[in-house]
Amino acid sequence: MSEHKEQLSDAEKANLAGTKAKGQRPYFLVDKQTEQALSVAMTLAMELSVTKERLASLECMLVDKGVIAKGELDQYQPSKEEVAKRSLETQAYLARVLRIVQQDKEELECDDPDMQTVQDQLTKW
Amino acid sequence: MSNSNALPSWDVLSKHDVFPVADHDEVARLNFLTHLNVHLSSQILPGVKTAFDKQVMPEIIAQTGKAPESRHEVRKHMLKNGYFQMWSALRRNTMEMRHQAARAQVLGQIDDIVEKVNKACENDANIQLDSRVSIPPNVGSVDIHCQPGCYYAEYFENDVTVAASYDVGLFVTTAGLLGALSDGGGQGIANWLKTQHPDFSPKRILDIGCTVGHNALPLAEHFPDAQVIAIDVARPSLRYAHARAKSLGVNNIQFVQANAEDLSQFDDGSFDLITTSMFLHELSHQALPKILKNINRLLADGGLNLHLEQPQYTGMDVYQQFIRDWDTYFNNEPYWGPMHELDLKQVFTDCGFDPNDMFDVGVISKVDEKIFGKPKTDGEDYGRSPIWNALGLWKGQHAKLSENAA
Repeated sequence: MSEHKEQLSDAEKANLAGTKAKGQRPYFLVDKQTEQALSVAMTLAMELSVTKERLASLECMLVDKGVIAKGELDQYQPSKEEVAKRSLETQAYLARVLRIVQQDKEELECDDPDMQTVQDQLTKW
Repeated sequence: MSNSNALPSWDVLSKHDVFPVADHDEVARLNFLTHLNVHLSSQILPGVKTAFDKQVMPEIIAQTGKAPESRHEVRKHMLKNGYFQMWSALRRNTMEMRHQAARAQVLGQIDDIVEKVNKACENDANIQLDSRVSIPPNVGSVDIHCQPGCYYAEYFENDVTVAASYDVGLFVTTAGLLGALSDGGGQGIANWLKTQHPDFSPKRILDIGCTVGHNALPLAEHFPDAQVIAIDVARPSLRYAHARAKSLGVNNIQFVQANAEDLSQFDDGSFDLITTSMFLHELSHQALPKILKNINRLLADGGLNLHLEQPQYTGMDVYQQFIRDWDTYFNNEPYWGPMHELDLKQVFTDCGFDPNDMFDVGVISKVDEKIFGKPKTDGEDYGRSPIWNALGLWKGQHAKLSENAA
């Protein structure tokens, strides 16, 4: 129980924060991995919510300090160059997020061998 | 959305000296999880009943030729229902996220918190620890409500991580309806006594299973001339509770490490008021009668014994029983169901109490409504609402009334 350690490292703290509760965990969805993917998605949803709130706080502070006027951010019109830059960034972002689907599509289009077939070929005398 | 639907921020909680501080993003995380809990209970959960009525019930009838007769039969079939699976997966995961968020926040400042707790506990008679007290099976077999380390783990010497993160996280699951110090249960009892029994003036009060002391403190404050003894088996919870009470200026309360199954250090009839809050469902069939017999021995004639709990299953339809039973199987509350199906009056009688002394009363969390809003009676998050059914008894009251009448 008590490790009588003076201090925990940051890595130990991160692990300890997320450690499991004693007792077998029930899974509800068709398979465990689907439920784990849901869990990852919910954590990302939380982090997105946190980020949105941080931006809202930042906007409030900028208004309070007189850097921008209230509502000014919503009226902000990016320049033509800025719009183009963001478009490219959004395309790259979507490509990153949907990489797994892209790779599935590539696999449909090609005729990749499975590892066992390759191994069988490579180990033929 | 009108403002009346807006939930309070975690940040409105009162900050006692050992309460973990939170930066911007930590507050945002706790608020997100609070909103997620409310969304799941108010928007998603009603669909579970619809899935039962429209999908599962007809399936059961088609298979067995009759309606389900027990909550266990309902659960067996509901576990195959997609909607129930999704709600359950989300609800379980949200609880785990609550613990991770609170623990990460606490562990980031644990050295500061421990230093304050150590200082508060130094040479102070109001904290009495006893290394001979071991963790009983009903506390140690699984981590209750999925809280890693339960109430008692210490990750290093004098660690209080589990207690501090429990204090942080209570708001998240109850959406703030336990009030600024998460003490709505204790405030509810104090308020009930104030309004219904204004002449009751206990000299000694025992609170059993006190954890961080949130429900014992309102009693100590309501009865400033009384001596309150708050007991628990969990060392870190008691040490944190003591530091918390001290910082809130409440000094007529002593936190004692003890197992309620053995209270031989206290004299017969030495308490006028004995309370538990959301405690009975964390016991066992072995522990419950032992503790009740001890309460009977320790309670003075004319004294009050009060247990805050969620309502018993008796008289509820099988769906209600099933949905209230979710925590039993899926939130590490293994004794929740077995306790809620007991005939408690009979159990108390078997432990020596006069059943004629017993009563039931509804107790509602007493909080600052300007900040936290009114407790809602509709759309409840089964098993987690701040609306309790208190089981109480005035010891020897019936015998005394009978004597007077004769």
